[in-house]
Amino acid sequence: MLASLSLILLCQLIGEVVVRGLGLPLPGPVLGLLLLLLLLLARDRFALLARGPLRNDGVETASKGLLAHLSLLFVPAGVGVVQKLDLLASHGIAIILVLALSVIVTLLVTVLVFRLVSRLLRQQEVP
Amino acid sequence: MSDNPFSLWVYLSQSPLLWLTVTLLVYATTDAVSLTTRRHPLANPVLHAMWIIGAFLLMTGTSYTTYFAGAQFVHFLLGPATVALAVPLYENRKRVVASIVPMLVALVAGSVTAVVSVVLLAEFAGLPRDVVTSLAPKSVTAGVAMGISESLHADPSLTAVSVILTGIMGAIIVTPLMNRTGITDFRARGFAAGLAAHGIGTARAFQVNEIAGVFSGIAMSLNALVTSFLVPIAVTLLVR
Repeated sequence: MLASLSLILLCQLIGEVVVRGLGLPLPGPVLGLLLLLLLLLARDRFALLARGPLRNDGVETASKGLLAHLSLLFVPAGVGVVQKLDLLASHGIAIILVLALSVIVTLLVTVLVFRLVSRLLRQQEVP
Repeated sequence: MSDNPFSLWVYLSQSPLLWLTVTLLVYATTDAVSLTTRRHPLANPVLHAMWIIGAFLLMTGTSYTTYFAGAQFVHFLLGPATVALAVPLYENRKRVVASIVPMLVALVAGSVTAVVSVVLLAEFAGLPRDVVTSLAPKSVTAGVAMGISESLHADPSLTAVSVILTGIMGAIIVTPLMNRTGITDFRARGFAAGLAAHGIGTARAFQVNEIAGVFSGIAMSLNALVTSFLVPIAVTLLVR
């Protein structure tokens, strides 16, 4: 468990270092995600890597534990709304309507384009 | 016994322990309620934890800075949780690779829609210029959105609020909207959730279906990348 968490943090750390170092416009943890993915794929190819957290689903179990509580992690940032109550009082209704409409349009466009292209390629629908 | 009945409160309210405990307790409660409603969209645990804790802070006159000193330990885990998305992605890699073309086309269409629609609607609603630019990156995960906002000299804290509001509204709307539209493909549903509503949409997607969660996580990561390039262009072209 501890080794698995260390590996996850290490991936994030390397991600941050590379992103800051090269001035890339993507978040460090996303690069960390790619790194962990590559490690998992490399492990399947080279038996040498299958040790420590990369053995017996170690890092898999730790990751699923973290993801099981993903919603919780947004609560501290969400409470930050209290800092913007004055702005929400003056423009709140307009802001909320604009965001709601935009999110609905975005959801529909994305899902319909995905389905359309998928159908054009005659892919099987995943139930 | 302390001399002053308030001194204990003064001590506790300044300590990270109290606010970390409050965050976990309130969330554990709202999550349990969400479970008993079989994950009804309106019982969104983030939404309800947010206003309950927010109201508690207002009633006790606690500043957000004091609260965050405790809650930051939870907030910190967002980074590792993003890295952890590699695992469901790895486990479903065959399915993901098979859907690469629809994903990339939907990514471009969705990213453009997310930015253009919010800028045009905000202009139409007559919101001030700095509010419009602060809302533009609202479909991207908070850390990246605030960076984009800063580079445009907008208000990063307003951006953070609009990101959270967008995520929560997306998480509430996505299931009923997709059911009504008759879309049963969980790859497409999840992808849309992650693109439009970033991490909160992804958390919701994982509650509904694992495949939806995987595709949502991918959409969130890719959208962060595309939107970083898109928002500055859109703001130059669209904002008066």
